[in-house]
Amino acid sequence: MEFIRDHLLTLILFTPLVGAALVTLLPKKEEKLIKWVAFLISLIPLALSIVAWSQFRPAAAGFQFEEQVQWFPQIGSSYHLGVDGISLTMVLLTTFLTPLALLISFSIDKEVRTYFALFLLLEMGMLGVFVSLDLILFFLFWEFGLVPMYFLINIWGSANRQYASFKFFIYTMAGSLGLLLAIQVIGVVAGTAVPGQVAVFDIPQLLSFWPAFRGSLFGLPIGVVKTIGFWAFAIAFSIKVPVWPFHTWLPDAHTEAPTAGSMLLAGVLLKLGAYGFLRLVLPLFPAQAAQFSGVFAALGLAAAVIGGLAALGQDDFKRLVAYSSVGHMGFVVLGIAVAARSLGGGVDPQDAVLATNGAVLQMFNHGITAAAMFALVGMVYERAHTRDLGAFGGLGVVVPAYGGVLLFCTMASLGLPGLNGFVSEFMVFRGTWPVFTLVTALATLGLILTAAYLLWTIQKVLLGPLNPRWQGMREINFREVVVMVPLMALMFLIGVWPSWLINLFNATVMRLLG
Amino acid sequence: MDFPFLSVIAFTPAVAAILLLLLPKESKTEARVIAAASSFFALVLALWVYFTYDRSAAGFQFVEQVNWIPAIGSSYHVGVDGISLPLLLLNCVVAFTGVLISWGIDDRPNYFFAFLFLVVTGVNLVFVALDLFLLFFAYELAVFPMYLLISIWGWKQTRAYAAMKLTLYLLVGSIIALVGILALYFQAGLGTFDLLALREAGVSAAFQKTWFLPVFLGFGVLAGIWPFHSWSPDGHVAAPSAGSMVHAGVLMKVGAYSALRFGIELFPQGAQFWLPYIILLTLVNVVYGSMIAMVQDDFKYVIGFSSVSHMGLVSMGFATMSQAGMNGAALQMFSHGVMTALFFAVVGMVYDRAHTRHIPDLGGFVKIMPVAAVAFIIGGLVSMGMPGLSGFIAEVQIFLGLWQARMVAWWYPVVAALASLGIIFTAAYVLRVVQRVFFGELKAEFATLPDITVLDKVALGILCAILIIVGAFPTVITNVIQTGVAPIVTLLGGG
Repeated sequence: MEFIRDHLLTLILFTPLVGAALVTLLPKKEEKLIKWVAFLISLIPLALSIVAWSQFRPAAAGFQFEEQVQWFPQIGSSYHLGVDGISLTMVLLTTFLTPLALLISFSIDKEVRTYFALFLLLEMGMLGVFVSLDLILFFLFWEFGLVPMYFLINIWGSANRQYASFKFFIYTMAGSLGLLLAIQVIGVVAGTAVPGQVAVFDIPQLLSFWPAFRGSLFGLPIGVVKTIGFWAFAIAFSIKVPVWPFHTWLPDAHTEAPTAGSMLLAGVLLKLGAYGFLRLVLPLFPAQAAQFSGVFAALGLAAAVIGGLAALGQDDFKRLVAYSSVGHMGFVVLGIAVAARSLGGGVDPQDAVLATNGAVLQMFNHGITAAAMFALVGMVYERAHTRDLGAFGGLGVVVPAYGGVLLFCTMASLGLPGLNGFVSEFMVFRGTWPVFTLVTALATLGLILTAAYLLWTIQKVLLGPLNPRWQGMREINFREVVVMVPLMALMFLIGVWPSWLINLFNATVMRLLG
Repeated sequence: MDFPFLSVIAFTPAVAAILLLLLPKESKTEARVIAAASSFFALVLALWVYFTYDRSAAGFQFVEQVNWIPAIGSSYHVGVDGISLPLLLLNCVVAFTGVLISWGIDDRPNYFFAFLFLVVTGVNLVFVALDLFLLFFAYELAVFPMYLLISIWGWKQTRAYAAMKLTLYLLVGSIIALVGILALYFQAGLGTFDLLALREAGVSAAFQKTWFLPVFLGFGVLAGIWPFHSWSPDGHVAAPSAGSMVHAGVLMKVGAYSALRFGIELFPQGAQFWLPYIILLTLVNVVYGSMIAMVQDDFKYVIGFSSVSHMGLVSMGFATMSQAGMNGAALQMFSHGVMTALFFAVVGMVYDRAHTRHIPDLGGFVKIMPVAAVAFIIGGLVSMGMPGLSGFIAEVQIFLGLWQARMVAWWYPVVAALASLGIIFTAAYVLRVVQRVFFGELKAEFATLPDITVLDKVALGILCAILIIVGAFPTVITNVIQTGVAPIVTLLGGG
């Protein structure tokens, strides 16, 4: 027990890696065994992160469950893990969604062993980003996650998978370049400016050192250097979120990815970008963040509205859900923009806290809802072998249970009061209104568009005259129900009683905003 | 006297080569076994030396010195430090895995392995030599058998041309370097070729500025510095697989290592003057090499140009003249050696089966040779600097070095920014090759091809394991390297 308590994060982080190794060692033919082993192993990080949650003291300052071991002393990087309220929320989201996605993947029948091993590796990559407290380690996991996702799309995707996976990889990699260069500059500056400073990439140390750093670099005034660094970080994370206009990889990647891949892509991978803003951009570059917060508010607005408009124009069910992700993540960006503005002063702290809490909660909510929506799209695709919205119709009669679940999740997605999406979107709007009034007013247009395209989808899929092709469609099966029930339960629970979750990260958010 | 580890490691392949030449040509299996056993023996000894090297004492260890040609002041003086030790180990790894993947060579295997081992002996000696004359001797020994390897066992279509081109380029480069070395010998007036003595000779700054360039660039030809790189892709492509592995894997390092040891270390003031300009050449290497790799249709040329690009990073690391950058460069030599050996091994395996390397004609090979595909992908990720693998550990230090060197010249940060573009192109060409060769539709004509052999898998497994271990636990190697780099950085006036 002692060991588990002291190395909780390491165990959470590397259980999937061990699982992946284990899966690879199983005989290739034992597909059923492979699936079950992978699924059961993915429950271990879930259990451990619930343990972490139960022992987490939200009010305590700083990072908890910290571990630090020397890793790469030559450049001053160490294996340093730790979580605060925001990252623990994201860890929980990841460990919660992974088993569900694996369960959905039970219908995979091609290269099963590789698929499940890659999936567990993907989980490790995502968890690593959330628990790293060292910039190099953060970057390591940030990039690492790309590889399994690339292959998940490239091998198990649909027709246009090669193009989509390549685009996904190169986009993210191009964004990471600036990030890497900026990380290096920060490290070099920290190494030369503070004599005897060894842990130059340590995030907690940098958070206190870098924002206050003065002096010139490369003959440029520090303000310019920091602005360049800010944009390098911001663009890398914006591509991942994705913030309009960096979003074009997303609909392609989603459309081609296998169902479970889309679930985690929308559920967790997009959160990495938003998390990067909260963990690194705002604390490291508060002045620049405040200065450019208006730009991000505008981009958030653009994402919400353009994402909604684009979704409205889709004929492909999955592409529609993908664009809805762009729209929903737009609200996260709005919330973050308020947080950024508040760092420059002149914002009522209450508004800022509300908006930021809303953004974090929206990250979690969108994680659940988007995963559920992609799972549902996948189910209907497996049965119908088409995602063309025009080809469906009247499915509510043939598969009423599926129809009920789809309706429920759609309602959560469009922000029906009583379900999760409403709470977080309301918080973001309430917090953003006094700060960016015009932007907020226009962003409500995004809500209307969301309602429009989702209702339209319901109508096209579930209602109307039944297309005779789908007469014998199979109803949602037990395994799929097992996946959907926890998701729906959380949607409902957060919708009626959000404070249990908000309490987890509220104190962290307040500290973040000073 | 202590056991002469270095001499035994260095000359084991030479002894094996003589045995191989004496074998009757029918005894092919015996030839292979001798080759495998001797290279394995050298590898074990090299590992022993690597792990018993005293990291806290640093400096040259396992030193041996005996008189050789006293008339000119040359002695057989060998030893290893933190820079040469990983390279010696690299050479033994590549030699052993090269033998494993060449098991199927049927055309006079005894001669093939004998010539290969002569190259390996030469390379071993270069890495351990502490005497300029011995080094030069070893350098030529490493280059010449390559001519035979390529022109006899190489790819029929270009082997005559490529072997001649390669030899002439390297010969001219080495003669230019020799002139520089002789100039130093006479200028110092010590009557010795001993590296350690010449390092203390204290020749004038003006002399160093004049003679640094020929020595550095002369050896730099073998390191593939642009615009002297064009022999390299042709040579790699024409060579047989094990030849390419040794050539790109270690011979190019011989060039970079010699340029470092005899260019930068003996002419530090010249280096300080010239390197800020040479870095611009290396930038061309990095970016242009990767761009050219992106448009190749021949699988092997992709890897050939990728070597040009990656070796550019090595020279770029040297040019930072900072601790981090040179650490990175030294590690990049090791990492690139392992990675490119793996690449050429896999390319060879594909070619041996498909008899074509034309990328558009290939596809779906993951179905035939899954292990080779996975190994290639791991190598590809190393190549694009994926964190968690050895390439990242090297590249991140080189880039840090570039930032640290911002006082040297204003363009260093600009070089860093531009060089990072190379990473994107690298990702693009790696993914392109992976996608076109290993994924996609497998053609019917290839459907019945056999998987790679167990020995192939062992060889690839060793190479992959090294790449992963260095990436996950960098101190395994960085602790050794930094002890070798520190004195050079001091010579260059850094700290």
